[in-house]
Amino acid sequence: MTCVITPQHMPESAPSLSSKAFDRNLGSPRTLVSWVLSLVACMLTVMACVPLFSVLIMLIWRGGTRLVQGGISVFTALPPSAMMKHGGGFGNALVGTLTMVGIASAIAVPFGVLAAIFLAEYGARSRFGTAVRFSAKIMTGLPSILAGVFAYASVVALTGGFSAVAGGVALSVLMIPIVMLTAEEAIKMVPQRMKEAAIGMGCTRAQVIWKIIVPTALPGILTGVMLAVARAAGETAPLIFTALASNYSWAIDHRQPFIHLMKPTASMAVFIYNSAGKPQDNLIELAWAASLVLVVMVLIFNIGGQLLSRRSRPAR
Amino acid sequence: MNTSTLKMADTVKALADTASPGQKHRQHEVVIDCNIKELYYGKFKAVRDTRIPIQKNTITAFIGPSGCGKSTALRCINRMNDLVHGFRFDGHVHYRGVDMYGKKVDPVTVRRHIGMVFQQPNPFHMSIFNNVAFGLRLNRYKGNLHAQVERSLRGAALWDEVKDKLKSSGLSLSGGQQQRLCIARAIATEPEVLLMDEPCSALDPIATRRVEELMVELKARFTIAIVTHNLQQAARVADKTGFMFVDTSKGGRTGYLVEFDDTKKIFQDPAQEATKQYIRGEFS
Repeated sequence: MTCVITPQHMPESAPSLSSKAFDRNLGSPRTLVSWVLSLVACMLTVMACVPLFSVLIMLIWRGGTRLVQGGISVFTALPPSAMMKHGGGFGNALVGTLTMVGIASAIAVPFGVLAAIFLAEYGARSRFGTAVRFSAKIMTGLPSILAGVFAYASVVALTGGFSAVAGGVALSVLMIPIVMLTAEEAIKMVPQRMKEAAIGMGCTRAQVIWKIIVPTALPGILTGVMLAVARAAGETAPLIFTALASNYSWAIDHRQPFIHLMKPTASMAVFIYNSAGKPQDNLIELAWAASLVLVVMVLIFNIGGQLLSRRSRPAR
Repeated sequence: MNTSTLKMADTVKALADTASPGQKHRQHEVVIDCNIKELYYGKFKAVRDTRIPIQKNTITAFIGPSGCGKSTALRCINRMNDLVHGFRFDGHVHYRGVDMYGKKVDPVTVRRHIGMVFQQPNPFHMSIFNNVAFGLRLNRYKGNLHAQVERSLRGAALWDEVKDKLKSSGLSLSGGQQQRLCIARAIATEPEVLLMDEPCSALDPIATRRVEELMVELKARFTIAIVTHNLQQAARVADKTGFMFVDTSKGGRTGYLVEFDDTKKIFQDPAQEATKQYIRGEFS
C-alpha cells in the first residue's frame, strides 16, 4: 500500500516572493565587516606561523647541509677538536641522550603508572589522591632547572660527580608527572561496564586492574610515556649541572658496559648549547645538524604518541 | 570441569545435602532463596520486604516500573551491590543453604559461582576467543580450553557466526552478537545460576528474539533470573514472575515485592490490584 499525493489533491501554495529576495548584497556594511574580519584573521595566522616555519626552514637548510656533507660519520664520530676544520660528529651526544632518557624512563614509567593506578582506582576521591594529583599538575609546570637542582643535591652531591645517572634522575623528575596524569586519564577512560563485567566474573580488585584495566588503557598509557620522552629528550637546563658534558667519552661502551654511566656524559641539548657559542664554523655547523636531529627525534616521539592515542579511543 | 569451581560447588552441595537430606533429586528445588528485609544505599531505603525463591532449571523474571528496585534485588544475589558506596543489607541470600552474606564468605568467590549478564553488552577489549576463555583462565581451567570455548559459544548460539574470526576483537561484533558473547563468557565457567539484568534493553527486536530463544534453551542447563522492563518478554520466557512496585507513602521511593507466582497466574489472574493495573498497562 503506497501513498501518493496527486496534483489534484495538492494543497494550495503560499504567495510567491520576488526572485531577488535572497540574493547576496556585496555593498552592505554587514558583508564588508565580515570580509575585513576574515582577512585580518588570515593575516594574523600567517604572521603567527612565520617564526615557526622560519625556525624549521633554517634548521633544515643549515643542519641538513651539514648532515648531507658529513654523512653517517656525523652520527658516529666524536666532536671535533678546536683545530679540526672539517669532520667530527655528535655520536656520543646522541648515545648520551638516548641513555639518559632510557634511565629516566626506567624510573618514571613504573612510578608514574603505579601512581596513576592509585589515583584512578584506589584514591580517586580521597584527600591524599587529590593532593597528589594537584602536586603533579604543579610539577608539570615546574621550571626544568629545578629538576636539575634537585638531582644535583641528591645524586651528584652524594655520588661525588656528574654522571649519566644523575642526568637520568633529573629527567625522570620531569617525566613522572606527565606519565602519571596522562596514564590516569587513560585509565579513567576504561568504561565502567567493562570493570563491572570483570567483577561479575569473579575478579579480585588486583585482577580487574591487571587483566582488564591496564591492557585496555595501554595505548593511552604509552601515549603519556611518548610525550614524556619527547619532553625529556629536548631538555637542556637539568642536564647542565647533572650530566655536564663530555667530548671524549661514550655513555655506553661495548668494552666496559655501564662503567661510563657514572661519568660526565654528553647529550644532544647540551652539545648544541656548548657548540653554538664557539667561534669555529665546524662546531657551529654541527650544532645546527644536532638541532635538526633533535627536533626530528622529538617529532617522532610526539607523532608516535598521537598515533597511539588515536588508537586508544575505546570502541563503543 | 575439574576446577576449584567444581570443588567449591561440591562443598556447597554437601552442605545443602546435610541440611536437607533426601531432597536431592527433586525437580525445581529452590536453589536461591533471596530474602531482602531492608536494603539501604546510605540513608536511602531502596528495597524492603522482598522474598523471591529461585528454582532450579527455571527462568524467574523480576518485573515492575522504573525505580522499583528490581535490578537492585537481582544484584544482591551475587553481591554486586557491595561495590556501591553506602550499601547496607538486612536479610539473607541462601544459595543451597549457604548464606552469601555470611561473615566468612568472600564476594569474589560468590561471583564465580553465580554468573551475570549486564544491561549493556560489555565484552572485554580482547579477542572473541579470549573473552570466552577469560573466566576459564581465571579459574585455572584444566580441561581442553578450546573445546570449552567452542561449547560455550555454541551454547550461546554464536558459534556459527564467529567460528572463522575467533581472533578478531569482541568489540567488532554487532550489539546482539556482543550480548550473546557476554552470555557465552558467563556460561563458560558453568555457573549453576545466571543473573540477567535487562539483557535485551539495548538490543533491536531481532537480536532480542534470539537472546530470548537462547534463554529458554539455556534453562535446561542453568537456573536463570532475569530483570526485564518488557512485560511481553517476561510472559514469553519466564516460568515464575515477581512483580515489584514502588512505595512512595513515606516520602521515599522504596521498592517492594507485590506478588510472586507462576507467570501464567501473574498475567492472567493476578491476586493484587496493583499487579492487575500494571499488566493492563495503566502505568509503567
